[in-house]
Amino acid sequence: MKKIIKCLMVYLVLCMSISIAFSQGLSPPSNVTAVDTPNDDGRSVTIQWDAAPEDSGISGYQILRRIAGGGLEEIGEMLPAGTTSYVDATIEKGNAYAYIVRAVSDTGATVDSEETAPVKGTGEWFHTGKIPLFVAMLLFSAAILWNIYDARSGKEVFVRRIPGLEAVDEAIGRATEMGRSILYVLGLGGVDNVATIASMTILGQIARRTADYETPLRVPCNDPIVLNVIREMVRTSYLDEGRPDAYNEENIFFLTDSQFAYAAGVDGMMVREKPAAVFLQGQFYAESLLMAETGNSIGAIQIAGTDSEHQLPFFIAACDYTLIGEELYAATAYLSKDPMFLGSLRGQDWGKVVIFAAIVLGVILELSGVGWITSFLQRVR
Amino acid sequence: MEIFGIWIASLLTLCIYSFLYRDNPFYRFAEHLFVGISVGYSIVITIHQGFIPLAWNPLSEAMVALGTQIRGEATPETSEALSGLFKIFPIGIGLLFFARLSPRQAWLIRYPIAILIGFNSGIAIPNVLRAAIFEQTHGTLTPFAQMHAGSMSLDDIIGAVFIGIGLICTLIYFFFSVEHQGPVGWLSKIGIAFLMVGFGAAFGNTVMGRVALLIHRTGFLINDWLGTIF
Repeated sequence: MKKIIKCLMVYLVLCMSISIAFSQGLSPPSNVTAVDTPNDDGRSVTIQWDAAPEDSGISGYQILRRIAGGGLEEIGEMLPAGTTSYVDATIEKGNAYAYIVRAVSDTGATVDSEETAPVKGTGEWFHTGKIPLFVAMLLFSAAILWNIYDARSGKEVFVRRIPGLEAVDEAIGRATEMGRSILYVLGLGGVDNVATIASMTILGQIARRTADYETPLRVPCNDPIVLNVIREMVRTSYLDEGRPDAYNEENIFFLTDSQFAYAAGVDGMMVREKPAAVFLQGQFYAESLLMAETGNSIGAIQIAGTDSEHQLPFFIAACDYTLIGEELYAATAYLSKDPMFLGSLRGQDWGKVVIFAAIVLGVILELSGVGWITSFLQRVR
Repeated sequence: MEIFGIWIASLLTLCIYSFLYRDNPFYRFAEHLFVGISVGYSIVITIHQGFIPLAWNPLSEAMVALGTQIRGEATPETSEALSGLFKIFPIGIGLLFFARLSPRQAWLIRYPIAILIGFNSGIAIPNVLRAAIFEQTHGTLTPFAQMHAGSMSLDDIIGAVFIGIGLICTLIYFFFSVEHQGPVGWLSKIGIAFLMVGFGAAFGNTVMGRVALLIHRTGFLINDWLGTIF
């Protein structure tokens, strides 16, 4: 009996809301579809519907969903008028969901669309939207591999002068002559950071020179994984130079992973140990000026390098030499003259030529009203 | 208790600021305290947000579920918990980092390092390619499309052309396998000039931000700390 009364009440409320809606001229959202969102992990469904006319009186939409055999539930916040799609990212894999889009007027009147067919979320192995990116990566990798092959075959690869890198030997020589240490700071990046990876390879090259000169190389680390990687790299450099005895693992140590505690610790080391040369290479944030200014105050020769454009001005102001952005990535090739790195560097230049050509061609085409390059780039984004 | 906190924060702030004069025992105390507390804090965070929820809990639940499964009392929940056994692989790879403790087995550490570098490079490179190349190129070209549509003011047109020239010249500056002589040299010099103008603007902007931080800290010392005394 209770169930019948409940059903009757729901029916009455529904009839009333529909009649109110129609009395106010509110029409239900049309062409409502629910599809599994493409190129995801199967945890979302996209609901779309046609845009309502401007004078429809609709002030917003509420999405309702039903798991097969279950009741209707509201999901998400009220969507503003003019919305024509919604991504339900709260579904569970394996369940089928049906959706209703409820139009709501200013007065609170509502009208529901027809219920969509049930849809399940399924994950995709490949993100088809990223195919252009994949092709670009393949082409870029092919250019690099070709240039590495070319460089290894004995063809000379020219690298322009980079003053900051020419000063590396000067800095190491100065530290050796003064009998002081070299402080190498990798910044705050982890192993997933491109600048940190570049910095680690530069450190490997510097370690080769310090192994020859027996100059102490001190490296305070911010990340325990980076610590392990660079210990291995520096050890290998010392081994390659035939000086495993000169390698002191305790000179490469973990300081802290907190940004400003790290800056305070490095600054303290600088003023107490007074290194003759300071290398600040990698990913830096607000601590960059604190460290560069302290290094400057102790009279150390400082060579900085980062791709953090907001920190470069501070390095330029407070350091003797600064590697700007991509110069940091070129450093390994420049220092080692290894055909593999040199070939890779020239391959990167080929990539820049392609970007250069794309920009010039794109500007000409856009000014002529042909927008396919922009549309292509828009799709890749 | 709040006043006690204000006093601690103020005294430590002054200890750190004392570095502006020279290195001294007060700065050293604050520095060591700061480094020590931050390391301790990060260890606790790593254990509670990393080790326990990502390694210990799934693995221990999986072991319990395995026991239940062996006893023939399997339920859908136990089957789900069993998937935690797959955590053995990443945990095993992570444990190889401890190989460093044994000089004879230290070479094993190269495996987790290779996996980490490869995995992180694989994640980073496509994102860099998309964000630093495709999106930037798109952003450069978009104003020219608007220019053709006639929806830009003269100021915006001049700005877009200026940015386009700056971008091309700066790109030329970063060519490494070409001698910077002749037209390439001139264009790269224009490029570095553009970079320096950008850095100057960023410098000024950031310095203003830092001064705001100093004002905030000075305000804390004057209002909050001295306010408790006078």
